[in-house]
Parts: sequence; structure tokens; C-alpha cells
Amino acid sequence: MEAFFDNIDKVLDGFSWTVRLTFFSALFSFVLGVLLTGMRVSPIPLLRGISTAYVETIRNSPLTLVLLFCGLGLNSALGLSLSGTVAWDVFWWAVIGLSAYTSCFVSESLRAGINTIPPGQAEAARSLGLTFTQSLRLIIIPQALRTVIGPLGSVLIALTKNTTVASVAGLGVQEASRQMKLMFDQGIAPVLPTFVGFAVGFLVLTLPIGYFFGWLSKRMAVVR
Amino acid sequence: MSAQQVLFDAPGPRARVRHSVYTALTVLGFLTVLAVVYLGFNRTLGAGAPPLTSPQAWAVNPDGQWAADKWQPFLDPATWTDYVIPGLQNTLTAALTASVLAIVFGLFFGIARLSEHAWIRVAAGAVVEFFRGIPLLMLIFFTMALPLAVNQVRTMLGLPLMTPGTFQVSALAAVVTGLTLYNGSVLAEVFRAGINAVPKGQAEAAYSLGMTKTKVMWLILIPQAVSSMMPAIVAQLVVLLKDSALGYIVAFPELLRSFSLIGTRYSNVIPAAIICALIYIAINISLSRLAIWLERRNAQGRRKPRERTSPPVANSALLSARHTAPGDPDVPDKTP
Repeated sequence: MEAFFDNIDKVLDGFSWTVRLTFFSALFSFVLGVLLTGMRVSPIPLLRGISTAYVETIRNSPLTLVLLFCGLGLNSALGLSLSGTVAWDVFWWAVIGLSAYTSCFVSESLRAGINTIPPGQAEAARSLGLTFTQSLRLIIIPQALRTVIGPLGSVLIALTKNTTVASVAGLGVQEASRQMKLMFDQGIAPVLPTFVGFAVGFLVLTLPIGYFFGWLSKRMAVVR
Repeated sequence: MSAQQVLFDAPGPRARVRHSVYTALTVLGFLTVLAVVYLGFNRTLGAGAPPLTSPQAWAVNPDGQWAADKWQPFLDPATWTDYVIPGLQNTLTAALTASVLAIVFGLFFGIARLSEHAWIRVAAGAVVEFFRGIPLLMLIFFTMALPLAVNQVRTMLGLPLMTPGTFQVSALAAVVTGLTLYNGSVLAEVFRAGINAVPKGQAEAAYSLGMTKTKVMWLILIPQAVSSMMPAIVAQLVVLLKDSALGYIVAFPELLRSFSLIGTRYSNVIPAAIICALIYIAINISLSRLAIWLERRNAQGRRKPRERTSPPVANSALLSARHTAPGDPDVPDKTP
């Protein structure tokens, strides 16, 4: 285990990228997910169609493909660049890919949440004269969000673990799993303790998320 | 609640006009996005590109991704027999092997977590939580590095190193191991939940017939748990199939890698990515449809007897009579 702690700066650097990837992807995928859900239930058939098609397409593609498309397709082949430095350029492309993928799962959970709201809520909102956007913004989405806090926590945990795929060729963000692989390959630290150390690192990230969202979902549950 | 039916009224004349304005704006926005994608992959966008008003910008650029010769390789049977089909075979081999192993792993640990002996329960729980909590890619990397680890341990213990070639981990083995451990622990939780959800009287009746614990588990509880959890199991197998694309990262020659090779060989990354995505989507959507179909069949099987004894819950039936939205699988069909 000493060899692992000798390289703790590399480990922390890896996890700092993991946390940054998770944070920005979670933010963007939440916003995009809410937007997609709004489109999915809107009165305009075309918006519904676009949202459905988007969710079904991305959700059924492997994340590796989505990130590869961002890395090899958009970044390398087309030369689109988001930042001056390479490390941040691939970082932002990874965030775009992860957000595009995760937003589908956010949207699906939120839609399931909308389905749990008693129709009376929406009927009451409408009878008060609220428009579609108002009833969605003031009545439906807030309640739906409170019921899907638990599932959203699972999505966030999955996202945290999925950031490891950002080590894919063409992107190569120096996140934790890539750092671990490099440490194996360069032989600077024995495999077993390194693996255990990184695994504990991920558990330290994911377990509190699970407990926090479990606690929050109980606290915020709508009593019906 | 079925959102579509109560969130807004059937549009009147003014709402219809407003909706067509929004639709027109959406069409415009959508076309703009399509145009940007088209021009971008046509390499006629960005610095040094011809102005958008010139026909040059819109004509298919021979250097761009829409040029016919970028798509030509997919009309050549050799592309399919040399790259795609072997890739698909490898993907399916990995996915099928891992599915079987994951179900075995899941059953074993799912049952172990229900054991009466605390130490078995706790140990199984720790294993399941560990493999569920760490990224799949790390498991794959670790399995690949296993021979290295064995040698390092042997050095530490003062044993001689293994002769090269005695213990090697292929990319396939690493992918299958990773997929099995991760999805197996998810399935363990699914099986555990399923067994817990079987009504208590079932086990009690079986015990009263004189069945042993093992018999109760295998003849009474597991069959019912598996059939009720079938949709969740199939959904997890879709995840497994999708995750097999992680093999790409450790150079396992699966479907995604085949397409990446095609993309490098003919420098047609975008067409290759599009066709690859279509294949994955087709496979995964059909598997998901299977899960939905299983769920419906299950729900129907369980709902029928209940309806005779209790009055139907009065909401969805009433609501779906109003305008149902197309494209939403959750809305219709739910009412018998």
C-alpha cells in the first residue's frame, strides 16, 4: 500500500478530473433532461417526436460510441475545438458526450415521475387557468422532481462511474481509471494495492451520493 | 398520470394557430441544426469555408463525409464479411457468455444474501456492493493486469516468477469477467428483490408439505421470482450488451472496434459511426421491446383475477378516452 500512497498526487489528479467530469455533466444533463421532458409532454406533436427520437436513439447507443463520436468524429476529424489547451478541449468534449447520454436517463426518470402525479393536480392547475408552461413549471415538474430524487441519485452514481469511459481513444481525459491503467502499465505501483486504492476512491465518491439521495428522497417525498 | 391528456386542453382555433406557429419555429430550428450538421460534415463550415450563399457550400464536397466514396465501402460485401460480421460475432459471444455467467453469479449471490447465516449474508453483501460500486472499466483493466499482479505478489513472497505464457488474460476474458462481475451483482439485487416479493404463504405452504429449504428455494421461490423479474432481467441484459462496447478500449475486436477500423481505413468516421449506431440501436430496441412485452404479459396475467374481485381503479381508463398522443408507449394499451 505504501507504493500507492507514494503516488497519491497522481491518484488525486485522476479523481479531480473524475469529479469535474461528473459535476459539469450532471449539471448539463439535468438541464437538458428537464428540457427533453418538457418537450416530451408538450402539446406540439413535432416537439414530442423530436424528444422521443432523441431519447430512443442515444439511450440505445453504447456510451463508448457516443464519446468516440465526440472525440474522433467531432474533435479530431472535424477539428472542432472547445478550448485552447488539449486537456480542457477533450474534457469539454467528454462533458458534451456524457451530458448527451445521461440526459436521456434523466428525462426517462422524470417522465416516470410525471406519471405518478395524480391527474387531479393537473386538472386543478388547468381549472385555475394556468397555461401548459405554467402548470408544468409550477405544479407538475416540482412534484415530479421530488418523487424521482431516488432514481436521479442512481443516474448520478451511474454517471460518476461512466466518466471512466472518457479515457476512450480520441478523448483520453486523464481521469481516475486512465491514471490507474497508466500506473499499472508503467509499473510504478503494484497492481493489487493500486486497484484497491482506486476502487475505494470510487466507493468514497458513490456511496455518499447514494446515502444522500436516499435521505433526500425520504425528506422531500410528497405525502399523498 | 398520463401527462398528455390532462396537461392541456384539446386546442381551440387560437391555440391551433399558436401551435402551428411553434411547429413552424421548431421546423426552422430543426432544419438549422440539420444544415449545420450537413455543412459541418461536408467540411464547408468554419474558417476558410465558402460563403453559405454560394452553391459550392451546399454541393457534396468530395473531401467531406457525405461523398459517395465514403459510403461506398458499405455496399461492398467484403466490408461486412471482413469487419462487421466478425465484430458482431465477437460482441454477441462476449455478451452471451457474460449474460449466462452473470445470471449464475447473480443467482448465487442473490440467494447468499438471503442466507440465515450472518457471515454468508454479510460476505455476499460486501461482494455485491463492491462490484456494483466501482466502474466496469476498472474491473476490465484490473483483469487485464492480473498476470502482472500475480508476478508482483510472487516477487513479494520470494517465489520464482511465472514462465511467460503460462497465464495470460485475453481481451475477451477481461471483458467477460468485467461484465459478469458488474451485471451479476446488479442481477443479484434483482433476484433478491424478486424472491422477497414472492408472497410469504408460498414458502409456508411448501414447508408445510415437508419440502426442504433447498427445494423451497429452487422449486417455489426462484421460478416465481424469475418470472416476475423477467423485464428487469432483460433490461439488465440490454445494459450488458451495450457495455460490451467497452471492449473497444482494451482492443477487443468487437462491433464498435470493427467500425472504428473501417473509419480509419476509408477515412469515413461519420458514415461508419452512423451505421454502427443503427446496428446497436436496432438490437437494443428489439431487446427492450421484448422486456416491455414481457412486462405487459406479466401485468395482464396478474391483473385478470384481481379485476373480478375488486372494482377497477378509476383513473387511467377515464383519461385515455380523451386524445391520446402518438409516440408515447406508456399511454394507450394500459387499459384492458
